[in-house]
Amino acid sequence: MNQVQSVRGTASLQFEPALVRVEGVTLQYKTPDHLVTATYRVSLDIFKTDRLVLLGPSGCGKSTLLKAIAGFLKPVEGSITLKGKPIDAPGPDRMMVFQEFDQLLPWKTVRANVAFPMSVNGVAHDEVRARANEAIAKVNLTKFADAYPHMLSGGMKQRVAIARAMAMRPDVLLMDEPYAALDALTRRKMQDELLQLWQDVRFTLVFVTHSIEEAVVIGSRIVVLSPHPGQVRAELNSGFAQSDRDAPRFQQLTTRISHMLFDAEAVSPEKGPKP
Amino acid sequence: MSDTGSSLVPTRPEFERQVSAPIGLGDVAKPLSFVERLGANSAFRRGIILVALALAWELYARWLASPLTFPTFLETLAALRDGIVSGVIPQRLSVTLETLVVGYAIGLVIAALFTTAAVTTRFGTDLLSTFTAMFNPLPAIALLPLALLWFGLGRPSLIFVIVHSVLWAVALNMHSGFLSVSETLRMAGRTFGLRGMGFVFRILIPAAFPAILAGLKIGWAFAWRTLIAAELVFGVSSGQGGLGWFIFENRNTLDTASVFAGLLTVMAVGLVVEGVIFRFLEARTIRRWGMQNG
Repeated sequence: MNQVQSVRGTASLQFEPALVRVEGVTLQYKTPDHLVTATYRVSLDIFKTDRLVLLGPSGCGKSTLLKAIAGFLKPVEGSITLKGKPIDAPGPDRMMVFQEFDQLLPWKTVRANVAFPMSVNGVAHDEVRARANEAIAKVNLTKFADAYPHMLSGGMKQRVAIARAMAMRPDVLLMDEPYAALDALTRRKMQDELLQLWQDVRFTLVFVTHSIEEAVVIGSRIVVLSPHPGQVRAELNSGFAQSDRDAPRFQQLTTRISHMLFDAEAVSPEKGPKP
Repeated sequence: MSDTGSSLVPTRPEFERQVSAPIGLGDVAKPLSFVERLGANSAFRRGIILVALALAWELYARWLASPLTFPTFLETLAALRDGIVSGVIPQRLSVTLETLVVGYAIGLVIAALFTTAAVTTRFGTDLLSTFTAMFNPLPAIALLPLALLWFGLGRPSLIFVIVHSVLWAVALNMHSGFLSVSETLRMAGRTFGLRGMGFVFRILIPAAFPAILAGLKIGWAFAWRTLIAAELVFGVSSGQGGLGWFIFENRNTLDTASVFAGLLTVMAVGLVVEGVIFRFLEARTIRRWGMQNG
């Protein structure tokens, strides 16, 4: 096991402190037969307006780590803080978009779904409506605002879920393989839309995926995790424009990561992220 | 495209072209014809079955020609009309329905309490599953002698057996409905900051609504048949007989057509509750939400 020293603390005084701070976090969960260690002493910092991607093969604990940031799971070791406060329960300051399409409330229309978290959290009625309409317009679903979720396609449902999370204006938006259940064409369109949305709003995003290409497209910073248990293998800078998918640099980064994931021995220990 | 050297597939030229709207095909989505829509209407199809049944009844009774044991459909309708005009059937029906509504409501409240306890604590779960396993198979009517002993002749005894017949079926369905709410939906609810009763009322109950509605329907059917049976057994108290008593009375006077009229009323109430009230509830809720088809 190569103990990769994560490069942190480099954000020195003149920068804002990290928004989310994951420090030496070990996560375990129980299955009926086993106590599974999902991540082992993972540390990473998430700064405001980061698009941080957690990338790794299945079994690297990336989803578990995301759930811990959401507050569903407590670390057995280490700490997770948001704006310096420890995270101890799920809350609307960390909205989450799930992979499954059934995350929408089937008994509410698109607009009511988007409005729901806001009204639960006591946002004033007029503002709820305005913000819901704005968020729905942002994901191009205004025409479907009064439709029920079962009338929508998978991609549209995910857009609603994103709009619902965005409308709440969380400190950090957590996305757990949101496009994994979509077909390739829709997925690509959704990735472009998400980046466009980020250009407009500049939110903070933590995005879990097992697709290297998706990680490179979406992320401004990529955390590569090794499996069984999940440990930080590398942190890389990405940040390509939407039109760069065919650029050689994009291909180089993709290849570099796939080497890292698939032939661990063949690659020398990490030199640290690119500037 | 690589040349595999196979001569089985001819070389075809590539092409690209613009697609245009089809001309002369008419609308892409065309409305169905009247007959097709009628055939798709389940109320219409079920109506046909009812008419066919009534016809078969009439023909068989005429062939049998024994009004004392099996009156014809028309005779039964006449007895029903007389019963309604004289005000006897509406009065008996209202007595029965009143008892039913009270018993049903009490049953639902207790079921909700049990289920809430069952989803929040492990002891509640054990309590509910043990109780449903014990009492659900026990016919409510078997408790009637005991109820008469405890509550005396009259409405409290009836309500007791109705509560018993509603409670376990509804609680069982509610509980399994809550358990089947997907983990994703639960987690989504919790990220919105919902917990405790807010979580139960705003996430669990609507999400489990198909199962809850199924429980309500089963509970209603149990309650209705239990009540009619109980009224048949001990009949009248303080001059207030229900529909069951109406049937019993008329059998004693060998007014068989009125017995049939009473039975018809029992079935009609069943049909109305099932076909109008519950159907309306379904259409407004689970069907609109895409949780049930057809």
